[in-house]
Amino acid sequence: MTATAERPAAPAAIPAIPHRVTPVTAVWHGMLLTWRSLLRIRGNPAEVLGLTFMPIMFVGLFVFVFGEAMMGDWRTYRDFIIPGITAQSVIFATIGTGVSLNTDIEKGIFDRFRSLPIARSAPLIGAILGDMTRYLLTVIMVLLVAVSIGFRPAGGLVGVLGAAAVVLLFAFGLCWLSAFFGLALRSATAVNIFGSIWMFPLTFGSSTFVEPERMPTWMSVFAQVNPVTHVTDAMRGLMLGGPVAEPLLWTVVWSVALVAVFFPLATRAYRRRS
Amino acid sequence: MTDAIRAEGLVKRFKNTTALAGVDLVARSGAVLGVLGPNGSGKTTTVRVLATLLRPDEGRALVGGHDVVAEPHLVRRQIGLTGQYAAVDQDLTGTQNLMLIARLLGFSRRDARARAAELLERFSLTDAGERPARTYSGGMRRRLDLAASLVGRPSLLFLDEPTTGLDPHSRNELWGVVRGLVGDGVTVLLTTQYLEEADQLADDIAVIDHGRVISTGTPEELKARAGDQVLEMRPTDTGRLADAAGIVTAVTGTTAHTAGDSIRASVADPAALPAVVRRLDDAGVAVAELTLRRPSLDEVFLALTGHPAEPADTTDTAATTDPAGTRQELQERTNA
Repeated sequence: MTATAERPAAPAAIPAIPHRVTPVTAVWHGMLLTWRSLLRIRGNPAEVLGLTFMPIMFVGLFVFVFGEAMMGDWRTYRDFIIPGITAQSVIFATIGTGVSLNTDIEKGIFDRFRSLPIARSAPLIGAILGDMTRYLLTVIMVLLVAVSIGFRPAGGLVGVLGAAAVVLLFAFGLCWLSAFFGLALRSATAVNIFGSIWMFPLTFGSSTFVEPERMPTWMSVFAQVNPVTHVTDAMRGLMLGGPVAEPLLWTVVWSVALVAVFFPLATRAYRRRS
Repeated sequence: MTDAIRAEGLVKRFKNTTALAGVDLVARSGAVLGVLGPNGSGKTTTVRVLATLLRPDEGRALVGGHDVVAEPHLVRRQIGLTGQYAAVDQDLTGTQNLMLIARLLGFSRRDARARAAELLERFSLTDAGERPARTYSGGMRRRLDLAASLVGRPSLLFLDEPTTGLDPHSRNELWGVVRGLVGDGVTVLLTTQYLEEADQLADDIAVIDHGRVISTGTPEELKARAGDQVLEMRPTDTGRLADAAGIVTAVTGTTAHTAGDSIRASVADPAALPAVVRRLDDAGVAVAELTLRRPSLDEVFLALTGHPAEPADTTDTAATTDPAGTRQELQERTNA
């Protein structure tokens, strides 16, 4: 292979690189890296499978295996768990945020970005915005599967959109926690295991699959303070009808608290690590 | 013309270790500076500081005339970086990887596509352009990585161990690319633990050990600095090794070392060669091979640092520590 001269036909114009990064270009860089994050969905079969097969499996198994036993009629149980399963799927997806950040750093991809004359925060912004889009896709997939087996929530489109907004708000808080551990822990495997350890008790020890009143006292206490219960209850209220204000308030409090704690921690770890 | 890189007293400490203990470095514009040192000597840390990825604890560095700490953005406008591991997105195609960098550098969509196509062609990747980088071989991935660092036509390129882990064929290809870049006027800072590589590519070499530059100069100067020429001889009958070593020691006045089936000694006066031949002949020692040569960079490194260049710790370096591998490499080079 010889390093020959550039092809004479239509050589690309090399633009002059500005002497400083303005906030406008910083946003633009963040959007380009969001685009990159989303391109990876198409390029990675595992992601496609995660986004399509997982919702089908989760909804299908829980509704048809436990439905009759739990509530006598799978249709009743379907309506009961769809809001919570939506939340659970999104919460599990947040683990991916930490894992992919960790992988990007380990593989040196962030070094490449940081050696470019672009906004320093752009790779992190791109990762978070790309993952928020993934969460939205997850919500849509779960709901599509739910609708296909007859889920017709009383709250209608407005209720469903409201519920989606609630879970995305909480996911935005949680993804900073995931980002922090992704940036602080050494290996992607560690991030994955550590994330899963948290996510299982949080999602199952909530009102998602069983009402906390039917649990032993200690478990019920845990479920009632668990933020996932608040998220699920708020979504359930919006989709199916029922009290919304209190669980919504708690969801907002938890989300704001997560961002308040983990946004600074994550950005600090990002600056230190990358 | 000003120097492309001028670093003075760079110090970088990590928790328990001092990675850089005062690195002074100068890279001339348009030349290849080889930073040569064993694993853990501070090569990568030096590159990371110069490429604005790490802040030095002490010292200062001007890259392309700008301070790496005070004006990192102005430094980044001029540099390209190819690290030890091919930093390409495995899930993106070759074209997408290059277009992403181009778009980040402000290319329009059309120009980004054109630039990606140019670079893919230049690095013989056109046919693989629409495949995810995941499906590439190691050599192809490294080429894509190098292409990615050239998108904005940097005037200064950092290559951090660009051929580590590559097979000899891919290594030769990459050497060709680097020579081509230098032809285009790009300044290159290349780190390597392959002495052969520095000798092949670098105009200037800085030998680095334990976070300090211990010697600088052209490859020739460094070899000269290690002093004498090296006399190497191999007797036909390995049973006569000891006799031969005795004779060589007596003639040259320096202790001859036995390495495998041959003998090596430093020689101050080239006139010693005929004397050695005569004495060996008198003693009836048949000679299979007898050479007088300048010391190899391996020997230079040993002379400068007091320890061999490559700690035998990684599989990557096996090819160069193993004499057979070195011989094979030399052969490939003559063939190329």
